[in-house]
Amino acid sequence: MPDTVIHLDRLTREYAMGGEVVRALRGVDLRLGRNEYVAIMGPSGSGKSTLMNLIGCLDTPTAGEYWLSGQEVSRMSDDALARVRNREIGFVFQTFNLLARATAIQNVELPLVYAGIAARDRRERAREALDRVGLADRMDHRPNELSGGQRQRVAIARALVNRPAILLADEPTGNLDSVTSEEIMRVFAELHAQDQTVVMVTHEPEIAAHAARVVVLRDGLIESDTRPDRAAA
Amino acid sequence: MPFFEAIRLALQMIRANKLKSFFSLVGVVIGVMFLIAVVSIVQGMNVYMEDQFANRLVGLNTFQVRRFPGIQTGNVSDDTWRGWLRRPRITYADADFLEQRVTSPVAFSRYCDERMTVSRGSSLARDIEVMGADASFFAMKNYDLAAGRPFSPQEARVGSAVVVIGDLLAERLFEGTDPLGKEVSIAGLPYRIIGVVARQGTLFGISLDKFAVVPFNAPVRRQICRWNTLDELHIQASGPIPMLSAMDEVESLLRMRRQLKPNEENNFDLQTAEGALEGWRKISRILFMALPGLVGISLVVGGIVIMNIMLMAVAERTVEIGIRKALGAKRRDILAQFVVESATISVVGAIFGIGLGLALAWVVKSTTPFPAAVAPWSIGLAVALGVAVGMAAGIYPANRAAKLDPITALRAE
Repeated sequence: MPDTVIHLDRLTREYAMGGEVVRALRGVDLRLGRNEYVAIMGPSGSGKSTLMNLIGCLDTPTAGEYWLSGQEVSRMSDDALARVRNREIGFVFQTFNLLARATAIQNVELPLVYAGIAARDRRERAREALDRVGLADRMDHRPNELSGGQRQRVAIARALVNRPAILLADEPTGNLDSVTSEEIMRVFAELHAQDQTVVMVTHEPEIAAHAARVVVLRDGLIESDTRPDRAAA
Repeated sequence: MPFFEAIRLALQMIRANKLKSFFSLVGVVIGVMFLIAVVSIVQGMNVYMEDQFANRLVGLNTFQVRRFPGIQTGNVSDDTWRGWLRRPRITYADADFLEQRVTSPVAFSRYCDERMTVSRGSSLARDIEVMGADASFFAMKNYDLAAGRPFSPQEARVGSAVVVIGDLLAERLFEGTDPLGKEVSIAGLPYRIIGVVARQGTLFGISLDKFAVVPFNAPVRRQICRWNTLDELHIQASGPIPMLSAMDEVESLLRMRRQLKPNEENNFDLQTAEGALEGWRKISRILFMALPGLVGISLVVGGIVIMNIMLMAVAERTVEIGIRKALGAKRRDILAQFVVESATISVVGAIFGIGLGLALAWVVKSTTPFPAAVAPWSIGLAVALGVAVGMAAGIYPANRAAKLDPITALRAE
């Protein structure tokens, strides 16, 4: 794979839980190229949340290496990780995680605030990002004035606004009905078509089916790594 | 932007939780209110004491030769007191001696006073300050005559039975009718009213208009002065500097007359407005010393309350902190956000405190005889203290927020 975005090398994560060591990840090897669209699946307890936290630079591994866009992030300090999260990763959460008191555009501007971008540029870029997810007319609405699908699109706009290396979605349709879920999946497909790398954690096979590649975890290890468009669907 | 956003968030929080905010701000509000009010009142008192009290009591550019200080500041020990009582009184001869020898251009007035009853027919006015003085006394006291005239040097010299009365006395005995030319009785003898002094108002709530001035040599002298002595010799110079040189002159002349040796202390006292202010200065110094304690306690309490509120805010907004961290907020971004928020809350409290302090000063000004002068530096200090208290109170909660693990924070609900 010529253009590797994510490279995991025997990634291990252990937790101490009441004297016992829980091995959430037991040495995961994974390479993800630019413009890939990957779904990570697995039953609960398989380690997919842990993996997603590690990929999202919210957590650091106990052992192994994690290279993101050519830099080793597995040994970085908290502040360095914050910078990586800000520049390289766009999060989309199951519960949207928008700031309730801020308007759509203020939510989208947030990553730019922490990137230290000037107010005028911020507004401009946030507007563009909202336009990209089709919410240009809802910019000044607060989250409670938006539908679930609209909220998730605001979250996607926020994830994209800093042009991250990967869009990292954690159960992005978990709180949405099936029609809205399809709508969000179409947004993901469009972004993927525009060369955006997408990593999506889900336990729903029909959602995972939208991805070009499906990685299944079980007991902290990769059980299978397939490209379903070739197999079925 | 995070700075302004933090301020915006803090204001939003205050508006959204009015009652909670009230309680969280009350400490800072009270502290700052005390600061502003006390400083304003003390400053106002300073102006008042200097302009009104001292100059009215003693007279402008005037000093008084006395046996011992008339306005005592602080406690006087028994020994000092006995020493003062052993001093010789100021005699007529002393006054004449000084009048003849002082070369500085000054005005003299002998002076005695006593509280007496002044009557007109059957109506009595008790507790009137009857003062015997020379003609120049009116200029020294800067009396403004509402009607009539002061007595002349001739009248003073021969001791005519004339009197200039205060506004309140005139009202008490004449109830609106014109007192000029009428007679009042002091110590059984009739005195003709030749002047009425315009209303002077009150000093510390005590009326300054309950007095009568008679010529020093008038018959009532027997009741108000001990034989051949006077209470005070008032000496007025043309300005503050001439007053100092006149004081030097009087001091050395009197020492010479009383044959004091160089190592002996003065056995008389020269009282000035400045001296009269000494006591007030002590009080104001004590007030200013007590002020930091008073303000400090309120601010510490206010700070603790704000710290509590901020800890609650951090707990309530754990998910928000998680989101911000996931989006790239560094520790110091979160720290700054909560410290700024805490400081904003505190400054809002300080602003309310300034408002209330000014209101309190105004109430004191309009309901008591004391004026209040707002000191701009106290407002600056109040705002600075507000910022400082808020920041100090915010550091611990903000640090807790900054140290939150983003994964745990995001999962909190």
